[in-house]
Amino acid sequence: MFYREVGQFKTTYAADQAIFPIRQDRIGLAIILFAAFVLIPLLGGEFLIASVMIPFLVLALAAIGLNVLIGYTGLISLGTAAFMGVGAYACYKLSTIFPQVNVLVWIVASGFVSSAVGVVFGLPSLRIKGFYLAIATLAAQFFLQWCFVRIGWLYNHNPSGAIEVPGHTLFGIPVTGPQATPITRYYVVLVIVVVMTWFASNLVHGRIGRSWMAVRDMDIAAQLMGIKLLPAKLLAFAVSSFYAGVAGALMVFMWLGAAEPEAFNINQSFILLFMVIIGGLGSLIGSFLGAALIHVLPIIVRFLPDALGVPVGAATVEHLTFVITGALILFFLVVEPHGLAQLWRIAKQKLRVWPFPY
Amino acid sequence: MKDDILLAVRNVSLSFGGVRAITDVSFDIRKGEIRAIIGPNGAGKTSMLNVINGFYHPQEGEILFHGRARRRMKPYEAASQGIARTFQNVALFKGMSTLDNILAGRTLKMHRGFFWQTLRHGPALAEEIEHRKFCEEIIDFLEIEHIRKAPVGSLPYGLQKRVELGRALAMEPTLLLLDEPMAGMNLEEKQDMSRFIIDVNQQYGTTIALIEHDIGVVMDLSDRIVVLEYGHKIADGVPDAVKNDQKVIDAYLGVAH
Amino acid sequence: MDILYRIFIDPFVQMGGAPDLLVQTLWEGLVGGVLYALIALGFVLIFKASGVFNFAQGIMMVFAALTLVGLTEKGVPAPLALLLTIGVMYLLAVAVERFVLRPLVNQPDIMLFMATFGLTYVLIGVGELIFGGNPKKMPTDALFLPSGAIDLKILGGLVSLQKLDIAAAVIASVMVAGLAIFFQRTRIGRALRAVADDHQAALSVGISLNQIWIIVWFTAGVVALATGIMWGARSDVSFALQVISLKALPVLILGGFTSVPGAIVGGLIIGVGEKLGEFYWGPLIGGGIESWLAYAIALAFLLFRPQGLFGEKIIERI
Repeated sequence: MFYREVGQFKTTYAADQAIFPIRQDRIGLAIILFAAFVLIPLLGGEFLIASVMIPFLVLALAAIGLNVLIGYTGLISLGTAAFMGVGAYACYKLSTIFPQVNVLVWIVASGFVSSAVGVVFGLPSLRIKGFYLAIATLAAQFFLQWCFVRIGWLYNHNPSGAIEVPGHTLFGIPVTGPQATPITRYYVVLVIVVVMTWFASNLVHGRIGRSWMAVRDMDIAAQLMGIKLLPAKLLAFAVSSFYAGVAGALMVFMWLGAAEPEAFNINQSFILLFMVIIGGLGSLIGSFLGAALIHVLPIIVRFLPDALGVPVGAATVEHLTFVITGALILFFLVVEPHGLAQLWRIAKQKLRVWPFPY
Repeated sequence: MKDDILLAVRNVSLSFGGVRAITDVSFDIRKGEIRAIIGPNGAGKTSMLNVINGFYHPQEGEILFHGRARRRMKPYEAASQGIARTFQNVALFKGMSTLDNILAGRTLKMHRGFFWQTLRHGPALAEEIEHRKFCEEIIDFLEIEHIRKAPVGSLPYGLQKRVELGRALAMEPTLLLLDEPMAGMNLEEKQDMSRFIIDVNQQYGTTIALIEHDIGVVMDLSDRIVVLEYGHKIADGVPDAVKNDQKVIDAYLGVAH
Repeated sequence: MDILYRIFIDPFVQMGGAPDLLVQTLWEGLVGGVLYALIALGFVLIFKASGVFNFAQGIMMVFAALTLVGLTEKGVPAPLALLLTIGVMYLLAVAVERFVLRPLVNQPDIMLFMATFGLTYVLIGVGELIFGGNPKKMPTDALFLPSGAIDLKILGGLVSLQKLDIAAAVIASVMVAGLAIFFQRTRIGRALRAVADDHQAALSVGISLNQIWIIVWFTAGVVALATGIMWGARSDVSFALQVISLKALPVLILGGFTSVPGAIVGGLIIGVGEKLGEFYWGPLIGGGIESWLAYAIALAFLLFRPQGLFGEKIIERI
């Protein structure tokens, strides 16, 4: 009843080619943005902003990057966390070598560094496909992580082997380091994530997105349409790694404040993969939904026993998280293989005819 | 102008390991004609199309397109020179809508780079809309307006074939290769498809090479026919001549020993 | 020039200078390779029969070993614990078939792949919940596995072969031979191969897919158990072992997902290559390169032979 496009006639192709052609979707988006920019900073506590929202946004950004690769181009990558690491270490190096330059510049620049590394590791995609490629991307995961441990230059030979974020200011306001308030950091992350999501949405809806999907769905036919496979795949690797790299830089600079190589280990890659799969392949909204679910779930598992008054050890909670995450993945795959995004679409379909079922 | 040769196949041989798919076949396709390639199953027809659009590389012989000879070429080069095709087993992009499939056929005509694409405003959007208009003409022509936004994976077979034709047309090809465009269709669908093929040929002046098993359709549609059997050319000519060719009759009906 | 010398000449000079060390390294590489090959083998079995890229194969190995050790720690006699563990692997196979494969039949490969990720997490969580996360010792004596070493005086030095490693190689060979006979000579083996070729065709001649899947996952589980016992005997049993299972993956790209000989030869190549690389070239770039060397070897190999060791050249058809 409320979600109905009847009567919304498009009179130009421009209106019909818009990314949100239906008015209700545009209103919904406006409400979400309003909530993100105004309501959450106003009403949310420090915990919500620092431990829920910032990680959620950072992970969603990385998930979008991975989704470009898996969901849109059909290339499975198991090394996303390593590319996040490239972004984080690049940003760390750049901002310690040139501390006077605005840190936002380095966050973007580290995306490009990660992008370049991604292209190099994307080269095998010319010759190998499918799961073989998936395993090949593990090479990136292990090799890059090895670099983070063994190459002292990357972490300025810090004895702890970790990178620690120095304080930076933006227009006189501290944005990184211990002085930065969660609200400031939240806004920086939010703006970057919103802008980059908008870019991603534009890309996947245009010519480039179509050629990615063509490669995904039927690479032979795509070639005969005049799409060159290698450039298309490498561009997907570049864009994907760019997003992962920026997400990695944000993760260290805006969320954790410091990081060890272990932060970018293979489990992190897998978790991002779960977000994409559970959220829905080839859906940007799905990346956000998946990130929300997978990130919030362990928090709930951690707090639920306390809330219920059942004492449970920390180790048990961790194991339980594993079991629940795994079971949830299985559950979602069985119930809705196309992910939360598909549930969302079905819900919209239902809303369209509600309250009359036909 | 009908006698201008658009594409010539010269002494092409193709083999996979020890298996010879095509042996020393030559024929030509003239500008603006509908050329049929027929033959029993396994005669090398699809392989021939694959050679023409660069998907297979023949061991011997050459292909002349617009008078220029080439032996090895990449499929996307064939596409950029104006060779489009459809497939025996529909090869649509199943995860995309009809409109997106047809728009994907416009890829080569769209030039706005990565930067504009990320903004999707100004030039990139203008370009997108311009091509949308072109695609709408094709959609209109093929009478598939009602499935414009439907994901093609869920469409019935006949419509998928039509969308695939639309995608090939979106490339504005000079040479259109159709691999069994009417396979598995009922009579009505075949009539529709035949009408589209003739219309494409006459309205846009597109040269068409098609493979088809329905001899009746082939005889009606095509200007000239090549007959292949076991990778060899056994006949070449206008429908009436081919119909009465003894070798062709033997190939199709078997030889009395 | 010095760096070129150290990369291309010096390691070989070292090999020639101390052949006993070389033999020792080769031997250790081979033994490691056998165990990689076994993990890859379980994987290949499942991929052939159910088309599932079973990421959980390595975890199944750890899970099996952990179950066995956990049971013996709780006072169950080792032979009985072994039988019980086999029973657990059977139950696991049934559960996987019932709750994962059956509902997901006909879904795209990537969904099944992800499902095995889910399985991985469940197995890790359940294993640690029941048996705890501490490393455990494999009761080798109670399982009648030999210990100690045979020292060979050859090549002007001493080469030490662990009896355990010899036993591992023997058990692995027997298992592979047994599986080969099972596949080639029995009715179930034929059914398995039929299913591997074409699910629907197999169904249409009356082969029960569900049964075959259970058998295959169970077989893979038993292979995993054997592998787990052997790895567990070499180090301790804990989920840290899953790192080893990740190293079996390059074996697969090398040998191909569907080739049993590929898994074996690939395993040996990776095992030997990794040990040689770590021992002779590792110090050049700071060591610890075992974590990715296997992948580098497999990738380098693929550049020259994209179809893998025993794969046939693929002719794409459209």
